[in-house]
Amino acid sequence: MSAYDEERIAELLRLLTPAPEAWVRAAQELPLALRGLDDLVERARADDRFRRALIADLESALAAEGYEPDPAVVELLRRRLPADE
Amino acid sequence: MHYELTDAELVARCRGGDDDAWRVLVERYSRYVYAITVQAFRLPEPDADDVFQEVFARAYEHLGKLRDDSALRPWLAQLTRRLCIDTLRSGSREQPAGEDFEPDGSDDVIEQLDEALSIHEAMRALPDHCAEILDRFFAQDESYRTIGEALELPAGTVASRISRCLTRLRGELEGEGRNAAAASSGGW
Repeated sequence: MSAYDEERIAELLRLLTPAPEAWVRAAQELPLALRGLDDLVERARADDRFRRALIADLESALAAEGYEPDPAVVELLRRRLPADE
Repeated sequence: MHYELTDAELVARCRGGDDDAWRVLVERYSRYVYAITVQAFRLPEPDADDVFQEVFARAYEHLGKLRDDSALRPWLAQLTRRLCIDTLRSGSREQPAGEDFEPDGSDDVIEQLDEALSIHEAMRALPDHCAEILDRFFAQDESYRTIGEALELPAGTVASRISRCLTRLRGELEGEGRNAAAASSGGW
């Protein structure tokens, strides 16, 4: 690491402003959200009709099940769903 | 919470399903990922939010594929960069394929952010009150008055404490520099 003067340290400290709190919280709660979705994935595996409804409109299906349709969670769930045959 | 853990230790714990470790990992890198989206790639906030969430979602999903647990930072940087480019590309369908979607100077900005993150990491070695006051003043842009009210300190004490803590942080970084020079190799 090169030598730093205090002005340079201050300048660098100013660069890393906090991300919006809600974004950080949503990312931190991701494991909990995903665990809550496990049963949906299981149901989709067991019930073809449910799986098709999920794939057709994930956001609405999630909202109907009481989940916040956060884009990142929706995308992760999309990738975990069994593929259409 | 696991604030004292190294990246490699955090990653190992996250893989084992430790939610607290995941929270610390997100907190440790949230500013960095955010800064790449809005400073290096100048994404508007809604797009930056999508990229931010997607970065951590993919990180969580693919943590098991990380070959070197200590390489978390470059891995997250690369992931963020790729998703920013995808976002810019998807919003500019009229541009020909192969167009360079990286804004001018983004490499330089990311390089600076890397340096800033190293400074930020060095703050972990400072006493809590130093890390807090430096963060409030410089990163959160709080006034002496606001800090004084929050920490129940007179404004003059806030000013002198910032100065002392900055000197201490500099000493910490110089110590790291000496250590780095003493070790012939290292890094990622």
